[in-house]
Amino acid sequence: MELLNSSLIDWSRAQFAMTAGYHWLFVPLTLGLGVIMSIMETIYVRTGDEAWKKTAKFWQTIFGINFAIGVATGIILEFQFGTNWSNYSWFVGDIFGAPLAIEGIVAFFLEATFISIMFFGWNRVSKKAHLTATWLTITGATLSAYWILVANAWMQYPVGMEFNPDTVRNEMVDFWALISSPVAINKFFHTVLSGWGLGASFAVGIGAWYLLKKRDVDFALKSIKVGAIFGLVSFVFLAVTGDGSGYHVAQKQPMKLAAMEGLYEGQHGAGLVALGMLNPAKKSYNDDVNPYIFKIELPKLLSLMGYRDANAFVPGVKDIVDGGFPVKSGETPLSFEAKKEKGKKAVKALANFQTVKKEGRDTSEYEQALKENYAYFGYGYLDKPEDIVPNVPLTFYSFHLMVMIGLYFILMFAIVWYYHGKKKMETTRWLQYVALWSIPLAYLAGQFGWIVAEVGRQPWTIQDVLPVNAAVSGLATGNVVITFMLFVLLFTALLIAEITIMVKQIKKGPEL
Amino acid sequence: MKEKSDNTTANFNWFRMFWDGFTHMSKLGKTLWIVVIVKLIIMFAILKPIFFPDFLSSKYKSETDIGNYVGEELVDRSDTFNK
Repeated sequence: MELLNSSLIDWSRAQFAMTAGYHWLFVPLTLGLGVIMSIMETIYVRTGDEAWKKTAKFWQTIFGINFAIGVATGIILEFQFGTNWSNYSWFVGDIFGAPLAIEGIVAFFLEATFISIMFFGWNRVSKKAHLTATWLTITGATLSAYWILVANAWMQYPVGMEFNPDTVRNEMVDFWALISSPVAINKFFHTVLSGWGLGASFAVGIGAWYLLKKRDVDFALKSIKVGAIFGLVSFVFLAVTGDGSGYHVAQKQPMKLAAMEGLYEGQHGAGLVALGMLNPAKKSYNDDVNPYIFKIELPKLLSLMGYRDANAFVPGVKDIVDGGFPVKSGETPLSFEAKKEKGKKAVKALANFQTVKKEGRDTSEYEQALKENYAYFGYGYLDKPEDIVPNVPLTFYSFHLMVMIGLYFILMFAIVWYYHGKKKMETTRWLQYVALWSIPLAYLAGQFGWIVAEVGRQPWTIQDVLPVNAAVSGLATGNVVITFMLFVLLFTALLIAEITIMVKQIKKGPEL
Repeated sequence: MKEKSDNTTANFNWFRMFWDGFTHMSKLGKTLWIVVIVKLIIMFAILKPIFFPDFLSSKYKSETDIGNYVGEELVDRSDTFNK
């Protein structure tokens, strides 16, 4: 067996997180600006107003810069699956590969075909044909996101597969269950909406910059108008899908919900922490230290969100470790120790299966034992209860900051829309500054969202089935550190190129 | 009033569109293509072959061998981490 240590696991995770984090700087702007430029072009086609054409073309250029620099950055994540997470890659088999392959073949080609008409086709195809190409470009990009998010959702809530001990792979038995998983559908809308919100904040913020500079005012106001309405709608629906995420997390990943709320002791009618500070003195889920320095709660809201019942019991970290807490179905949740026993039985059954298979004997007894305990297979790699507790402070603060920023944007877009409607946007400098400096907040909210989703589900690469310590490749830690540094350099260079080219184009303005 | 561009679809030529698009590309377009090409070269000609070989395929040739290896790894790691 390869020499494994926590340093290797940490560096491999850090490398993946860093790559995904950088990738997510580009993707949401593509998703958001894609719709915004399409709306603007639609207005142009409907009204024939050349000013809207100029506005749409400017945002298409910004979209193009972001698309060109960001494109293929996600492929690096796929490199890492094969090299750094090879056990995982083999173990997930075609389940993970299928959505990614569809993403590459169908969605990417749709996107790539129509983007060429979008950029080269002005005055070559009819206005309606060009508009169709523009909408299909962003439809392709959004479909790409869908397939990626189906793959991610499967890791959070594995469905539609069966483990084959013969090949040591999970095999897809129900493609429909995979692509229509409620976790995947909700994740898709929540994630895409966050991209739309970011695109809207970008359009409004850059529009505000032109107003601050007192130039291209008509263009700026058009950008702000579309951005504010689109942003407001996006963030309201983000709140709705966020509530959906909370519900699914409560059902499928209760430990993540407990970490999001810093909830160690479960309770009936649990409140949602609106504002709070965790107590750094709390070192273990099992000590008696109060987890909060202070907190302001919205009564019963966590129970309502998680279980659609204001008095439902929401388990805390300790309850999930100990098991036996009340659930609606009447079943008794297993303790960590009971799950660990089942996990060990599953791994033992796999070991016995391999042995008797080599000897040419009947394997059915071990196949059955594996099947009976497979739901807890991953617990066979964990040692102590603390192993299933994610980083609570990181998850807690990321979640609450994300929600606060989301609520802030609902307010900001509503105010901007109001001021725009009253024709005061052009003269209200404080709001112009607020809109401009809010752009980074939209990026932060997206990053926080992914931290909640991914850090909150640790130690799992596949929920309950495969933890990171079983998924990682037995590489030399030094190699992973080197590639981590290489990626930092590559992505930082790309980010600098993005910002430099974009700023130059924005300063140049919409006179194309 | 119909614009001139409304009649362009009938004369649409894919090759011509790409030819004109690339030959009359703006400075920004050229810059972006350079960034894309350099990035793809770094990713596929340097990073992938040198730093990111397929870990399992580099050790074993057949799928059966890979499956056996992963199976043994999963069993051994349980012994390592699960005391």
